Amino acid sequence: MATLHFTQNLARHTECPSAALAAETVGELLERYFERWPAVRGYVLDDQGEVRHHVKVLVDGRNIKDRRKLTDRINVDSEIYVFQALSGG
Amino acid sequence: MANQLLVGTRKGVFVLGRHGRGWRIERAELLGDPVTMVLAERDGTLHAAQDMGHFGVKMKRSRDGGATWEERPVPQYPPKPEDVVDLDPMRNSPIPWNVMKVWSLEASQRDGELWCGTIPGALFRSRDGGDSWQFVESLWMHPDRKFWVGGGADYPGIHSILVDPRSPDIVRIGVSCGGLWQTTDGGETWDCKGQGMRADYAPPDQAYERRGQDAHRIAQCAAAPDHVWIQHHNGIFRSTDGGSTCTEITTAKPSVFGFAVVVHPRDPKTAWFVPGRKDQWRYPVDGALVVSRTRDGGETFDVLREGLPQAHAYDVVYRHGLDIDAEGATLAFGSTTGNLFVSDDEGESWQNVSNYLPPIYCVRFVN
Repeated sequence: MATLHFTQNLARHTECPSAALAAETVGELLERYFERWPAVRGYVLDDQGEVRHHVKVLVDGRNIKDRRKLTDRINVDSEIYVFQALSGG
Repeated sequence: MANQLLVGTRKGVFVLGRHGRGWRIERAELLGDPVTMVLAERDGTLHAAQDMGHFGVKMKRSRDGGATWEERPVPQYPPKPEDVVDLDPMRNSPIPWNVMKVWSLEASQRDGELWCGTIPGALFRSRDGGDSWQFVESLWMHPDRKFWVGGGADYPGIHSILVDPRSPDIVRIGVSCGGLWQTTDGGETWDCKGQGMRADYAPPDQAYERRGQDAHRIAQCAAAPDHVWIQHHNGIFRSTDGGSTCTEITTAKPSVFGFAVVVHPRDPKTAWFVPGRKDQWRYPVDGALVVSRTRDGGETFDVLREGLPQAHAYDVVYRHGLDIDAEGATLAFGSTTGNLFVSDDEGESWQNVSNYLPPIYCVRFVN
């Protein structure tokens, strides 16, 4: 199963433990995670269900390409990280 | 006389209490994150809207005076249909259908009914004290919204929500920059009011365009809600017919520019402002921080200085940074430089409560 991790900066605001989940795309993975931890959704996705402007999602070290519909595919052993997209200093 | 004050800042919310003749910070809550708006309901329930930056807007509620806060649902824009083109007329760029900031929050006289105004300019209503929010589609889909543009922000925002004390179905809102709007049927339909507001920075043929006026803040007299005062980008305006027609007030000293206005809750001719040097300077005239007050409907103004710094003060008081309590004697204001002042004598003299708060976004009495 793919494993989803969140920046520790998010843990300051809401419970978001790492989790191993079965999914084929980033969107599916996040939806499954939000079923268990619904409060995390609004921190990661905006009102339109897109990745927030200042959040980034990496699959096995690479930024996802589809931030709108989250169709990037993942492997059974993928590691997915949700980070802040830092800007400024 | 109010005994408690909420202050929303760049770094959290502060709860202040009256102690003898002074005020003291009793709680510093939600520390580290910007609080763009606060609200105290009649039953003492507190609400705070946070801007988490990377992680978006969040809503918090406290039912124990601010000791503990629970996360509550955030107002949410509906899915934007793929075929809808919604462009900001200033830059021709798409308007995000996302809550970017909670800019106004008000309770009506109906139990549990809250109104919330956001950037970009959408209005939401809760009927259950913030447990859920409904998008006010009638306003968002109004064809004249296309005239709205951003003021200080990239996109237009709803900064003032006036619920008429005579009927919760009558609500007026202020939009920067989109003028003054009114519903008399609980939000089913909306009309743009504000005839007479003037924007001298606009091309001459658009100076009186009601749908594009930059009303910085709109306030009503609780006892006479047809009396509405407007601190506009261009100056001060007053209406005695619920905002339908507005008269420009040019006599305010030391300037007519500012963001905030409050009205005496029983005397519609008395209002307070925190003037600044317009337009691109935006600091107190001559570096002297003052409050201006009229008691005669804008014929004359008093310039109130006692207790306020009169040299090298560069404080800006944002549109939600000035408040008056329900009795009309106590006022408070907070500035971008973290200075907080309270007056118990209708602004004649001011007590400096703190010089060291984070930049202050909003100040509200718990009545």
